[in-house]
Amino acid sequence: MSSKEKTWKEISIAGVPSKSSIGFMTGDWKTYMPVRDLEKCTVCLTCVMFCPEGAIKYRPEMGKIEFDFSFCKGCGICANECPTKAITMKMPEE
Amino acid sequence: MTTQQIKQEIVAMNGDEAVALAVKQCDVDVVAAYPITPQTIIVEKFSEYVANGEVQTEFVCTESEHSAMTACLAAAATGARTFTASASAGLALMHEMLFVTSGSRAPVVMAVANRALSSPLNIHGDHSDSMAERDSGWIQIYVENAQEAYDSIIQAFRIAEDIEVSLPIIVGLDGFTISHTLERTDVLPEETVKKFVGERKFPMVLNHEGKTVPFKLDPENPMLMGPNVSPNYYFEFKRQQEEAMRNALKKIQEINTEYAKLSGRSYGNGLVDAYKLDDAEIAILVVGSTAGTLKVIVDQLRQEGVKAGLLRLRTFRPFPVEDLKNTLKNVKILAVMDKSMSPGSLGAAVFNEVRNALYDLKQRPTVVNYIFGLGGRDSSPRDLKRIYEDLIRLAKTGQTESVHYLGLRE
Repeated sequence: MSSKEKTWKEISIAGVPSKSSIGFMTGDWKTYMPVRDLEKCTVCLTCVMFCPEGAIKYRPEMGKIEFDFSFCKGCGICANECPTKAITMKMPEE
Repeated sequence: MTTQQIKQEIVAMNGDEAVALAVKQCDVDVVAAYPITPQTIIVEKFSEYVANGEVQTEFVCTESEHSAMTACLAAAATGARTFTASASAGLALMHEMLFVTSGSRAPVVMAVANRALSSPLNIHGDHSDSMAERDSGWIQIYVENAQEAYDSIIQAFRIAEDIEVSLPIIVGLDGFTISHTLERTDVLPEETVKKFVGERKFPMVLNHEGKTVPFKLDPENPMLMGPNVSPNYYFEFKRQQEEAMRNALKKIQEINTEYAKLSGRSYGNGLVDAYKLDDAEIAILVVGSTAGTLKVIVDQLRQEGVKAGLLRLRTFRPFPVEDLKNTLKNVKILAVMDKSMSPGSLGAAVFNEVRNALYDLKQRPTVVNYIFGLGGRDSSPRDLKRIYEDLIRLAKTGQTESVHYLGLRE
């Protein structure tokens, strides 16, 4: 156990979390990651709506979508739903 | 004692009615329950109070005991004072939710009219149901009669809701022997009980926004209850439950004393209730209503010059190890009576734990187990006296088997 983890005397009862899960990065174990082809993307935002993790953000000031890899699990739903096939799932090394 | 100042009403009630009346007086917010014999009268009687407008309680008729306990947990999580009652198969169906409730530190109070488990089907009294829930994290108090059932329910809300405890509690009353038997009971005025129990209090917790807030679901101070906890923290939360049980050992005694000042009634120190044990050479340890009959036997034996004693274990969880060591250390031979069994084990639950607790004493009594009363099998004064006679014989010969069956045709 890491030393920064608290003892039973230091934590609230019954598993009440003392911090928000926003700081809990859950996207570090993906096998595939989505890669977007800017030429094909029409910014229709279908992927934003379908992402089960809310890990795709629309950035209107840039006119683009952006993946948040801290939370993306690499499930591939975005790639499957994209009407213009602008998203492909790739191994990180590729 | 200031009991003269409070006028108590004498009422003829059975144990179930006594429990229902106590719940009525404790200003309970939510009762969620499903009927099962021999608990039925508790909820029936309480539903009459609801129908007559005598209480402001939200009464939830659920479709199963699993749902009843889930509803109680949810209600308690919002800050409601919550009660339910069950027995036997009903309690067994709650099993999963008993752990969720204790782990969620929800101070639900439950009366269990102790009854045998199937199969074969049997509706009569024994302790198989709640003894099977001994590891569920619930406080367990077993009463001797209807009066104590009434008193213990009132105390139970104070114990469970104490901020250093915050655990659910079972008050066990022997099915039929207590639940359905009419007794003379003294009843405190409702205002006195309400004042004794008071408003529900809450432990403080740190929520995800970094604020220290009362431990209840509140839109003003949102928090997550019942989360998934990984291996790096689950163990720590279980250790907290153990600490809460240790705190309960102290609180049960304090509340027993405080209640005695109010009512004139106390039950030993709240944990164990000794009868003529000080100079006893042979003794019986028992849980529940059988203690009443055993006191008569002890009196008879004392008249015959036998140094016999009795210890009633009132609180089974938390298990009062130190009290057992202190009260039993000078006894030569002790019989522990169990109204449940654990097939394949060396003796049943109470015996195992009592003998375990006494093992660390340098000089300890010989401890034997008597399994009795299963499925409502009656234990007559004659049967019970035979245990003491066995102990006298054992004191002379020094030979015995550990486990005996009382009243079984062999």
